[in-house]
Amino acid sequence: MSIWEYANPKKFMQTSSWALPWVSGLAVVLLAVGLVWGFFFTPEDYKQGSTVKIIYLHVPSAMMAVSAWFMMLAGSLIWLIRRHHVSALAAKAAAPVGLTFTVIGLVTGAIWGQPMWGTWWAWDPRLTSFLILGLFYLGYIALWAAVEDADTAADLTSVLCIVGSVFAFLSRYAVLFWNQGLHQGASLSVDSEQHVSDIYAFPLWTCIAGFVVLFVTLVLLRTRTEIRSRRIRALMARERAGA
Amino acid sequence: MIALLQRDLRLALRAGGGFGLGLAFFLMVAVLVPLGVGPEGALLSRIAPGILWVGALLACLLSLDRMFALDFEDGALDLMAVSPLPLEGVVAMKALAHWLVTGLPLVVIAPVLGVLLSLPSGGYVWLLASLMLGSPALSLIGGFGAALTVGLKRGGLILSLIVLPMYVPTLIFGAEAVRRGAVGAEAMVPLLLLAAISLGSAAILPFAAAAALRANLK
Repeated sequence: MSIWEYANPKKFMQTSSWALPWVSGLAVVLLAVGLVWGFFFTPEDYKQGSTVKIIYLHVPSAMMAVSAWFMMLAGSLIWLIRRHHVSALAAKAAAPVGLTFTVIGLVTGAIWGQPMWGTWWAWDPRLTSFLILGLFYLGYIALWAAVEDADTAADLTSVLCIVGSVFAFLSRYAVLFWNQGLHQGASLSVDSEQHVSDIYAFPLWTCIAGFVVLFVTLVLLRTRTEIRSRRIRALMARERAGA
Repeated sequence: MIALLQRDLRLALRAGGGFGLGLAFFLMVAVLVPLGVGPEGALLSRIAPGILWVGALLACLLSLDRMFALDFEDGALDLMAVSPLPLEGVVAMKALAHWLVTGLPLVVIAPVLGVLLSLPSGGYVWLLASLMLGSPALSLIGGFGAALTVGLKRGGLILSLIVLPMYVPTLIFGAEAVRRGAVGAEAMVPLLLLAAISLGSAAILPFAAAAALRANLK
């Protein structure tokens, strides 16, 4: 039993069709518990009022937007090294999900920033690097869509993903060059003394877990779609060849 | 490698079009911005570093898709791929040739455009230094983008979508160095970081670009 078994599309389809109801159910439960708990059963912050509650969408989606790129990096490396198609397709499937999380992070941040900072958008280090991450997702998706041959597309996007993670990382720290901007530092941590109080932290952790499982669900679902669409294309090609 | 460099330079200079285009574009940007924001000196001198860097970056971008496309179409790139010269070396030479015909003229003309944009007198040294150190990174990153998109029919648009986000660190440090130099602040740190980006790109990106070319030529 090794993880490489799932490089076989058939095995992947079997296992994922079994796992999909469970992970999607778990995502629904975690998100429902976390969001309802966060929205209705936590007190309002004495300074921020009810706007503090957007944290339950903002922080998890921002975390997953970054993590999704790393998942794509892993998928791309596996494709380049071991040529497993499922891994390349999983990276392809994760990109739009990551882009969506990026947009959610930006939009919820703007909605929170308008009453709190008095502005929808500021050229703050974190905001800027996040926007650039979104642009990287766009370029990656566009390259997948533009290259006709599937294997070439997988090769090219994998190289782009690897180089892109270097640059995404670099722009992340390049923008720190400006003085610490409006965005506060990390508000969640396991070890630091000062962080958000437990009453907000527990529903927040639940939401983060929910977003992680949601990401897994969506990637599994989209990878299955990609595999199926590739099978259809292969079938159609075979029919044309036979006719 | 030298022969390849000479060939590329000769093609760029004699075939026309590509060589002057970037420069003309850079000039147009520097002329259009004061017309757009108004000829007020104080405002112009404040935004001049950013405008000059953005202009140089876009001028660089203009000629990128020609870097491999012509050789890809007529098959010369296939010959280079099977020649004893490693593909990484081909990519590095192509990027060097692109820098010599696009980046270097931009560096030379930039102080003149600085006058047009009333750049403060302290900024010229830093403008020259930052463009000199930063424009190789533009050519190298662009070479990687060009290698990724060489086989595409509508490559130009995707090329800019891929390359522009990667230009961000270069742009930030380059414009920051000039801005700090212009107001007399300490500008060495962004300049050194800029040099680091160029050197790092020169060390890594030819390999990535060669990998992309191999995938495209397969």
